[in-house]
Amino acid sequence: MSTTGSALGDSAIMLRRNFKHTVRNPVAVFNAVLFPVVIMVMFVYVLGDAFSVGVDYVDYATPGMILLAVCYGLGATATAVNSDMTKGVIKRFKVMDVSRGAVLTGHVVASMLNNLIAIAAIIGTAFLLGFRSSGSLLDWLSAIGLVVLLAFSIGWFTVALGLAAKTPETAGLGTVPLIMLPFFSSAIVPADKMGPGIRQFAEYQPFTPIIEALRGLLAGAPSAGDTIAAIAWCVGIGVLGYLWATSTFKKRA
Amino acid sequence: MRNSAIEVSGLRKAFGDKIVLDGIDLDVQAGTIFSLLGPNGAGKTTTVNVLSTLMKADGGTVRVAGHDVATEAKAVRATIGVTGQFVALDELLTGQENLQLMVDLHRVGSAGRRVVTELLERFDLSESAQKPVSTYSGGMRRKLDLAMTLVGNPRIIFLDEPTTGLDPRSRRTMWDIVRELVADGVTIFLTTQYLEEADQLADRIAVLDQGRLVAQGTSAELKRQIPGGHVRLRFADLGELDAAARFFTGSTRDDESLTLRVPGDGGTNSLRALLNQLDEHAIQPEEFSVHTPDLDDVFLALTGRSSTEAMAK
Repeated sequence: MSTTGSALGDSAIMLRRNFKHTVRNPVAVFNAVLFPVVIMVMFVYVLGDAFSVGVDYVDYATPGMILLAVCYGLGATATAVNSDMTKGVIKRFKVMDVSRGAVLTGHVVASMLNNLIAIAAIIGTAFLLGFRSSGSLLDWLSAIGLVVLLAFSIGWFTVALGLAAKTPETAGLGTVPLIMLPFFSSAIVPADKMGPGIRQFAEYQPFTPIIEALRGLLAGAPSAGDTIAAIAWCVGIGVLGYLWATSTFKKRA
Repeated sequence: MRNSAIEVSGLRKAFGDKIVLDGIDLDVQAGTIFSLLGPNGAGKTTTVNVLSTLMKADGGTVRVAGHDVATEAKAVRATIGVTGQFVALDELLTGQENLQLMVDLHRVGSAGRRVVTELLERFDLSESAQKPVSTYSGGMRRKLDLAMTLVGNPRIIFLDEPTTGLDPRSRRTMWDIVRELVADGVTIFLTTQYLEEADQLADRIAVLDQGRLVAQGTSAELKRQIPGGHVRLRFADLGELDAAARFFTGSTRDDESLTLRVPGDGGTNSLRALLNQLDEHAIQPEEFSVHTPDLDDVFLALTGRSSTEAMAK
């Protein structure tokens, strides 16, 4: 078997392992879906009418909620990666003739799949709350592509966070800033309505262009600038996460 | 024909300025059990980690199954199995799923299901096969850990303190499995703190102390180097101890604890002779106990320190 082939095979085996973990602990998935949906209902159904953003609030908020759903699921990934490192099972894989990165790839793909479940729930809720998209099929496909790219990049970043943390508990805690970031972006309200300091932060942090790009695509009016910035941020986060993850993985026995 | 499974020469390893292994030379013949004996902190686990490609050595060469661990790690990994001191299991999976994971990673293929069932039966784990490993007892975890190591039929197996913390019955089971493996031609590299374990299993034993091998040989050769068993007599006062010490030449006295160590092989004949002598001279010790050689005796003889002292260092 070729090296690439066996690496892919190993990754698939590891993914199946992660998948079994998820099935064994369905509450975690439920939790990862429930929280973003509750936040969405809170903001859109309870508070939404109070925000004046120029369009239907549900149309404005949906892209941000998609990001929130991605971020909220990351805690479980970081915890799972760290448990693998601290519970000893990793040593067994390391002394076997198994592709080095397979464990990490398995976690990243599992994280993406969990993200996609949460995103599907958010979009379903959005339609129930009256979300309407003017995006074409191509716009939707682009939006899905961007979300998958984000889930992949931030997945690697989270795996690195999980590897760098000392215990599973601190690993989970390490993703809290990622969960907070959407609130300090244009997810809930436009950045220019925020106070000084926060506004600049919101304008320049990576989630804002990603949300704006999604918003444009789902509204059927994609902005080239935002989309390019979003892709650049995703690639940047992904490369950084990948390099950080692989170097930390090498260092930890 | 001489055929080395593991060859180590001049192996060195330090963590920062703490030297853990200070020039180790070993040669393990294929199809034999080699035991590395030493107290905690002697460097046993570090040796296993280097030999099993988990750690890089600072100096020296290590060849496992003819492959250099530094440059041909992949080839080494394909021939070895490792059961570490701390179990390496997936806690969230069941026993059966853990084994299935190994079978998948080794690409056993269609025979995989049979391999899993056989290992579960062999290690007496069939009943708990469908339960998550997090519910297993310590002994069951150790057994499953070893079963996972056996998937893929490794020709060289490293066992790092496989029986530490096990109850006597599980320890016997472990020993039986090790013997079966060697009967099949597998080479075993075993570390242990128990002289008895090395004595029971190993063809050759090396004693490790503070990163150096202080002795190497068969169990019989090693025992010749150590004083062997002794009888310990404790007396009520110094007068009686004085009297007894005069009759037993070659014995060592300890005035503080009022005891006398009389060397002997611990057999019934020498004990009877000793008791008769005591009777003849009307010496009545308060306490009488027979000691067979243990790791402490080996250490005392080889390093001049007891193994507990070595541990404290």
